[in-house]
Parts: sequence; structure tokens; C-alpha cells
Amino acid sequence: MSLLEIENLSLTIGATPILKGVELTVLPGEVVGLVGESGSGKSMTALTIMQLLPHLARAEGRVTFDGIDILGATEDQMCALRGDDIGMVFQEPMTALNPVKTIGEQVAEGIRWHTKAGRAEAEDRARKILDRVGLPEAKFPLSRYPHELSGGQRQRVVIAIACALKPKLLIADEPTTALDVVLQAQILDLLRDLVRENRMGLLLISHDLAVVTEMADRLTILRRGEVTEAGDTARTLSEQQHPYTRELALASMHLPARPKPHLAGSAKPLLEVEGVGRDYRGRRKSLLRPAQPIRAVDNVSLTIEPAQSVALVGRSGCGKSTLARMILALDKPTGGTIRFRGEAITGKAEAELKPARRDMQAVFQDPYGSFDPRQKVEKLVAEPLHLLEKQPTQAERREMVAHALDEVGLGPRDMDKYPHEFSGGQRQRLSIARAIITRPKLVVADEPVSALDVSIRAQILDLFAELNQKLGIAYLFITHDLTVARAMADEVLVMHEGKIVERGRTADVLNHPSSEAAQALVAAAPDLHRAIARRMQEQG
Amino acid sequence: MTAYLVKRLIIAALTLVLASMVVFAVMEVLPGDPARLMLGLNASADQVELLRNQMGLNAPLLLRYLHWAGGLLSLDFGRSYTYSVPVIDLVRERIAVSLPLALIALALSTIIAIPVGVFSASRQGRAGDTLAMSVAQLGVAVPNFWFALMLIYLFAVWLHLVPAGGFPGWNAGIWPALKSLILPAVALALPQAAILGRVARSALIEVLNEDYIRTARAKGLPYRAVLWRHALRNAMIPVLTILGLQFAFLLAGTIIIENVFYLPGLGRLIFQAITQRDLIVVESIVMLLVAAVILINLLVDFSYAIVDPRLRGRQ
Repeated sequence: MSLLEIENLSLTIGATPILKGVELTVLPGEVVGLVGESGSGKSMTALTIMQLLPHLARAEGRVTFDGIDILGATEDQMCALRGDDIGMVFQEPMTALNPVKTIGEQVAEGIRWHTKAGRAEAEDRARKILDRVGLPEAKFPLSRYPHELSGGQRQRVVIAIACALKPKLLIADEPTTALDVVLQAQILDLLRDLVRENRMGLLLISHDLAVVTEMADRLTILRRGEVTEAGDTARTLSEQQHPYTRELALASMHLPARPKPHLAGSAKPLLEVEGVGRDYRGRRKSLLRPAQPIRAVDNVSLTIEPAQSVALVGRSGCGKSTLARMILALDKPTGGTIRFRGEAITGKAEAELKPARRDMQAVFQDPYGSFDPRQKVEKLVAEPLHLLEKQPTQAERREMVAHALDEVGLGPRDMDKYPHEFSGGQRQRLSIARAIITRPKLVVADEPVSALDVSIRAQILDLFAELNQKLGIAYLFITHDLTVARAMADEVLVMHEGKIVERGRTADVLNHPSSEAAQALVAAAPDLHRAIARRMQEQG
Repeated sequence: MTAYLVKRLIIAALTLVLASMVVFAVMEVLPGDPARLMLGLNASADQVELLRNQMGLNAPLLLRYLHWAGGLLSLDFGRSYTYSVPVIDLVRERIAVSLPLALIALALSTIIAIPVGVFSASRQGRAGDTLAMSVAQLGVAVPNFWFALMLIYLFAVWLHLVPAGGFPGWNAGIWPALKSLILPAVALALPQAAILGRVARSALIEVLNEDYIRTARAKGLPYRAVLWRHALRNAMIPVLTILGLQFAFLLAGTIIIENVFYLPGLGRLIFQAITQRDLIVVESIVMLLVAAVILINLLVDFSYAIVDPRLRGRQ
């Protein structure tokens, strides 16, 4: 008998239809992947099972969990199910824990609530499950607060809360999307083990086809609230009967065309970074002793040639964003020099940096946070124009903005809109338009596609490749995602604990990594080809 | 934790020293000679000069500051020009009214505001919330002396439960003294509660949208338990900030209410001192209030650290 059975589920919020006739089953001990792009209704499906929907949501159809009719259950019945028979893990570990309560309190709370156990007994059980998820007592006593833990460790605490009472079903909504690939692999391993140990059903929600393929026995693909295809993972992905499945798979493996690859050593370097370091003030351990500085970037050297595309890869916290900020002259190095077009930019005053800023622009990860919501696109995209020697007239300015918008695939009419009128992908196009309006020689892009869906991401990567070919812009891609490096970079630099530990041509580094850090990254990176091949073997 | 507390303490002490310099300097540049004032318009220049010497007004500036500041530390504020009694005695008498009044008003305001804030936030946008917030809006808009008059009419004139005004002194017994403070405290507390309730509501609504609230719900806790155990403490920081500001205001900003109820509080003392140019009293009360505000801020800072472990740093 299936553990969870969703039949013909439809959901509306106010007058907006969110889900239409969704069907889904999960058997005990089975991993089912729910795949779809943002807005497809994945999370709303999960929240329907938990009955934690927003106020105006109305669900119709049947949702049966372990013989209980979920849509007809009272709030008391649901409270008894949540956290006991159904656990849930969320996407953003940094904010998923209450900052003012210890991890022990937060894990023990659910145990006490459901089992009526005393404090000591509940804490005992909390200790056991924290040990189980890889947070041993010696380093992670119950008295730790969330802010003392890293993102990966916090996600382990969230998993401990969800799995403390050995639920029959665990719903994991993008559980590793906010983590770097090495942490992602660790968390996925943990989830896989918990499924095996307790014959738990796992509903794994993700936009990442490779992750789901590695994990799931069966998968369901959701698009605009409707199931487009469902079935065994291997069969579904090898046959790709539905065009959308094919589209998703292709987008996940997309490599943009770059007919003129850059040849190293062909020109004078555009950017030279020499022995650059950055120390941060550490936390004082005592009032009397000075704090030990934290070395975020340690003696890093690199060069980028005109029109060359370089990827700087590494785990979160390895110092890659700090390095990017120093290259953009947004942060001052503690030591070393950075030269752009032969001129040092370290130690220069803001006014003297103008020419360098004009030729070096940035694109950041979050297309939502990087625009002032109260300004029109024309003003936002024209922002870097103040760096020009001669200020353009109003008409010239509009002309330049229109041209930049055209280059990133938007129209001149978009100029008079506000940022909220654009989708995530379109907003990232706006950031790119803003970055190229001054005709820069170098664009530093910090995780430019990690917040985007696979199909949008493929389009944006194509756009980056096209601008590189057409305008000869050099790139420094900062990313923890090796597929971006593989898709875009002539050369890869691997950063680990502030140092560059490996560098070379992209194919060489990614296919034959020599340093330990690079090997770990490559081994942990989900790969759709590899995952499908393995699934095919297992499922015949 | 200790590092945080020590740092706050040092900052508070420095602020106090700086504030005393500012107060002293302002009093220096204000027009009006205290000696001339005490002796009246008919006094001769010689008499005034003699008194100035006696009062130490002719000593160098730094020396006078040090003398004054040293006096403050030993609670010697000097003598009032108009009453010719030690300022400390005047102030002590008035604080015996103002401090209990402020504390009762603050307690009342908190007791009303927090449940109203929780009630409203948990029914956001529904009828109960709209009603509670309309009442709160009214509470902010209506001046407190009008409340005071209504309260007097209802509880003193009509029901004869409490006196309409005056203060019998603590020597008359605790109950009679408290009884005469109840109405003014309620009149002071209502507008404050309205403000605090709105702050508590919006802070809570913000917290209720946080991811960790969803985590707590996914644990199986009922909504009410999530509200009281997880949301409220996280919403306390803005509430504490407003509470600190309100306490400072209640200590000396209550002059209208003191007048309505004919209470001998600090507000009326400072008002009288200003109109009579009794600068030493003004100076002393201002310094006292500055010290009180700094102390309250220090307490608020400490309570932040109790509420939020992130401010304590690593153990």
C-alpha cells in the first residue's frame, strides 16, 4: 500500500490556480523526485501535504497519508502528524532555525511535544539523533546556538528535527540548493542512509535534474501546476517521451557555443593579480590578548587576458568572493598588488579609479536584490554611465540603454518598466545590460546563474558566451558550480582556504583534477550523464 | 557575554561624562546671573559681587565644572536659589512620586500592549485585528490629559473609588498613596500601550513570516505554541527599544498629567525651576534625567543580550 497518495489535487490561492490535477504516490522506503522550475507548484504540493498552506489557499482532490484523509483532517490531527509521521526539511538552512533557542531545545521540543517525554529523556533522544546526523557531542553540544554553526551544519540540525521521531515520510524541499557541492553530496548521502535505515519514504523536491536522478527511484515532472511526466527515473530520462522532459534534460547539460575559443598567451594580460592577501579581524578570545586575524585570501596570483574567460571555483567560504571584491576595488587587499591594463588599482583614490571602473563591471548572484525597486530600468541600466569621460545627453543616454537592452535580448520598450515587472531571468539580463553599457573589457560575475532555473540558466550562459564572442569581453566567473565552469571557462582556478591550489585548462582540471580540493569538488558535483547511466544499470 | 557588557558599560560612562560637560556648558552660556536673581533688582553691584564670590561663580571654568561634577558624584547638587534648600532634598521628594508613577504606567502599558499585539498579529487582517488596531489608533491620537479627565469623571466623581487628585505622601500609608497614583498611571499608560501594541504587532508579523516559524510548525506545534514560544521572543528587540524610550519619557515628560492630578512630581518641579530661573535645580534635574536615560539604555542593551544570543558572542 502506498504511504502517500495524491489524486487529482487542484489548488488555488485566491483566484490564481496553482496546481491542476496533480497525481503522485510515495511507497514506504522509496525516494520520489518532484522536479520542476520555480513557480511550477513543487513547494505548494509539499505544503498541501503538510497542510501549512497560506490563508487563502483552497485545495481540492484527495491526499491520503497512511490511510488518513489529509484534506479533511482537523488541525489537531495534522499537529499530531507533523513532525511525528511526516517530517519536512526546507531550502534555506541559514534561516530555518530559531536564532534565540539552542539546537538542543529545538530538536528536543518536537520529541517532548509528541511523546510527552520528560526534559531529560527528550534531550537524551535529541543527543542521539544529532549524533546520527553527524553532529557529535564533543563539537556540537546541545547548548550550541544556530549562529555558531555553518550552513551545512544547520541543515543537519533541521534534518535531525525532521527525523527525530523516525517519520514514515520525509519531505525535503530543495534541501541542498543553498549549499556548495561538497556539502550537497554529504547531505544527500545522509538522506539516503536515513531512508535505508528506517524504510522512510522520501519526497525530494528539486529544480536540479542531476540531483534528483542520483537520488530518486521514481520522478514526477511538474510544469505550471500540472504533471507532464511521471515514472521510473531511468526510463523517464532515457526515453524522454514528453518534450518538456527533453527540454529540461538538454538545458541541464547545456554547453553554449563558443566558436572562437581563447588561446592563452596570445596577448598582454588585462588583469594581473600578484600575491594578493586579505586579513579580517578575528574574534577576540580574551579582553587582554589581541585577536588573531583571519586570512580570507592568502597570497593569490592570477592573470586574465583580453577576451579570456576564467572560472574561479571553490567551496563556500573559500575566499573567492573576497578576491572578486578586491579585483573590483570594492575592498582593499592587506597585501599584494592588482593591476588592470598595466596600471595598479590597489591603493588608488576613488577618483583615480574611474577609468578602471568603466572597463571592469560586475554581475551578482541575486537578480532580485541588485536593483532599486523604485527606479525605472532606464535609470538602473544607465547607472554606470557616470563613469564616462563625457556625459551623454538625455537622448544619447536613452539610445545607449536601448542598445544595451537589445544586446541582452530585451526591447527598448522595457526601458520604462520597473524591476518587479520582470522575471528572474529577465532581471539577470538587466544586470548584464547594466554591466556592458560602458563597453567594459572585463566582467566579474559572482554566481551569476545559481539563482536561476535550468532553462533560463542555459539562456543566460548563451548570452554570456555571445557577448564574449561579439564584444571580446573577458570574464571572471566566481562559482561553486562546476557545470558553469565547464560551460563558460577557458581556464579554471580552484581556490581552497584562501589559496589557489590548482589551475589549468578547463577540460584538464575538471577531467583530471590533481589537488585534493579539486578532486573533492569534481567527485561531489552532480552530473546528469553519469547519474542516468548509473540509474539505467540499477533499474535495467 | 562579559566583553559585550563591559563595552556597553564603558560607552555608558563616557556618554555620561560628555553629557555633563554639555549640560554645564549650556548653563554657562545662558543669560541671567544667579546672584543677581537671588538678590533682586535693587541689590547693589557690590552685594552681587560678594555673593558671586561666596557662591564660587568667579572661579575658573574648569574648576567650577570639576567642583560641580564632583558634587554630583556624592549626590551634592548644591542649593536651590529660590527655595534655599539642598536640591537633593527637593528632588528626592519628587522622585518618590515620579518613579513609582512611571513604573506603574510602564507595567500597565506592557501588560496591555503585549497581549493586544499578539492577538492582533495572530489574526492579521481579520476583524479582531482591525478592531484592536482602530482602538490603538484612537489611543495614539487622543491626548492623555483627555483620558485623564474621563478617568477622573468616571472613577473619582461618579464611582468615588479613588481621589480625583493630590498626593497624600508615602507617610500616609502605601495604599492611600498608591490609590492616588492609579488614575494618573492609567492615563499615562493608555497612549503608551497603544504605541507599544502596534510595535509589538508589526514586529510579530515580521517574525511570523520567518522560515523558522515554518520549521516550528512542521514539528507539529500548534499555532498558539509557535506564537508564544518561538515568535514572541524574537519580536522582543523592537518592543524593548520602545519600552526604554517610553520609560525615559514617563520619568519627566508627565507634566500635563501631574498638573491634571495635582501631583508633586519631577515634571512640575522642573517647570517651576525654569520659570523662576532656578538654574541649579534645572541643571541638576537635567543631569539626573540624562543619567536615568543612560541607565535605561544600558538596561535595554543588557536585555537585548538576554533575548538574543547572537549579541553575546561565542562562549
